Amino acid sequence: MREPARPRSGVLNGLSHVALAVWALLIILPLVWTFLASFKNNTEIFGDPLQLPGELRLDAWGRAWDKAHIGRYMFNTVIVVFFGTAGTMLFGAMAAYVLARFSFAGSKLIYYYFVAGLAFPVFLALGPLFFVVRQFGLLNSHVGLVLVYIAYSLPFTVFFLAAFFRTLPEAVAEAAMIDGASHTRTFFQVMVPMARPGLISITIFNVLGQWNQYLLPLVLVAGDPDKWVLTQGIASISTLAGYEADWPALFAALSLTILPVMVVYVIFQRQIQSGLGAGALK
Amino acid sequence: MRRLRTYGFVAAFLAVPFVLYTVFVISPYIQAFQISLTSWNGYSSVVSYVGLDNFVRLLRDEVFWRALRNHGVMLVTLPLVTIAIALFLSFLLNLGGGPGGSGVRGLWGSRFYRVVFFFPQVLAVAVVGVLFQAIYRPDEVGVLNGVLARLGIEPVGWLIEPSLALWSVIAVMVWQGVGFYVVLFSAGMAAIPKDYFEAAALDGAGRLRLFFSITLPLLRDTVQVGWIYLGIAALDGFALIQVLVGNKGEPDGATTILPITIYNNAFSYGKVGYASAMGVALFFLTVTFAVLTLRTTRRERVEL
Repeated sequence: MREPARPRSGVLNGLSHVALAVWALLIILPLVWTFLASFKNNTEIFGDPLQLPGELRLDAWGRAWDKAHIGRYMFNTVIVVFFGTAGTMLFGAMAAYVLARFSFAGSKLIYYYFVAGLAFPVFLALGPLFFVVRQFGLLNSHVGLVLVYIAYSLPFTVFFLAAFFRTLPEAVAEAAMIDGASHTRTFFQVMVPMARPGLISITIFNVLGQWNQYLLPLVLVAGDPDKWVLTQGIASISTLAGYEADWPALFAALSLTILPVMVVYVIFQRQIQSGLGAGALK
Repeated sequence: MRRLRTYGFVAAFLAVPFVLYTVFVISPYIQAFQISLTSWNGYSSVVSYVGLDNFVRLLRDEVFWRALRNHGVMLVTLPLVTIAIALFLSFLLNLGGGPGGSGVRGLWGSRFYRVVFFFPQVLAVAVVGVLFQAIYRPDEVGVLNGVLARLGIEPVGWLIEPSLALWSVIAVMVWQGVGFYVVLFSAGMAAIPKDYFEAAALDGAGRLRLFFSITLPLLRDTVQVGWIYLGIAALDGFALIQVLVGNKGEPDGATTILPITIYNNAFSYGKVGYASAMGVALFFLTVTFAVLTLRTTRRERVEL
């Protein structure tokens, strides 16, 4: 009964590959096109979009880095995401650990208090958040942005890590305590290393989320272009490009933003996929 | 003594996250509900309570209804299209090898495909928006219209045609989102015991039969999760639409959505009270959607 199915199976396999290849091309081609457009000059940009650039011009990349401030935006983003994610992981892991492993009056309540943040759309908080941050004098500052990133990343981080800490065995922590280690020491030297897989997943999740954040910087650091992050910068170059018409620089700027993400993605794609997937498989 | 030390430890570990979260997340949310009952403009020190006036005005606001209509379209099409494509692709990837000699297997190169499909997911929505601006350009310089020109078709105003703009936006959301759901569904499919497929294949079931009789029913929970995620995405859309078509809901209200309307009211028109009322409406919409989806799709589970 297997034999007659063979030829049909071959055709179907071919069709499957066609379908998969079509979707892959739909994703690859726009990216390749952007990359190529950054080597074009203005005449070519306004010519046939499917034409290749005449020569390999790199001047637009220089203009994007300096004049369009991509270098500065990149630096700002790295700083904000570094401290934002580091803070999120530190405070998120601390809160999650305490809430998962210690039962005290109100521990359940505090846990739900943190997790409740997942239910609210951020647009509801947008207006008041702006005024809260202004009250602290933290508008247009990276400190303010970092603190807000941490605060908004906490619900999911606590939720995810608490679940993770609960699955870790009791015995090791108890042994450490009997050996005279303090709670703090037990946490940093025993529990954190044990929780590494979970911590890595959620770190990737937070790095990506904060790297790609657009709304919060738009609201909180709009007033000072020197403080802008990449997403903000790219969006504003694209609105400006209409007037200044340096399209090659826009595409170079886009390529400059996409390339580092692509490199990191290709290296860590397995962890990234499981990190982002972890969010859905609660 | 020991107990006391434990309490001290708990308090020390909770203090900073608790304060940060309360100040920057919870307090703005609570204030939003309060401000939604005022006519506050964002700078005056006098805050006057107007009761439910903002909500009454909301119900008469044409922009609000247009936004709801657009969210409705997105709520139906975005999950449907994304999940259909993602299910199809992940089925091909994982079981596309079909019931061949050695049971069921994935297609050759499936790892490569998965890596490519997922990539748009790690790009910032703002970046994707700028990218698709160039692709959707209304003249022959646009990539899509360049392709059409080769086929001898007149350029199409993807983002300036009122009947087309929202669909163009949804297409970008699908483009970016499918890879995530391919990975999600693939994980779900990997969890289905291989013997099921092998047994069915021995009984002579073809690929289609395998998909509809085994994969789909057993994947129900995963699809449901995906549906909720996509629904929440359909109630957002801020970054993409703001970058792609701008703040005004052009063309002709075709891309008006609540998040952008909230942003405009709060930060451009100085109507913080009204914006907050809209935020409250959006909150209830989101919660209602999630609860309804969970309710209506919960049926007898297929036990593994």
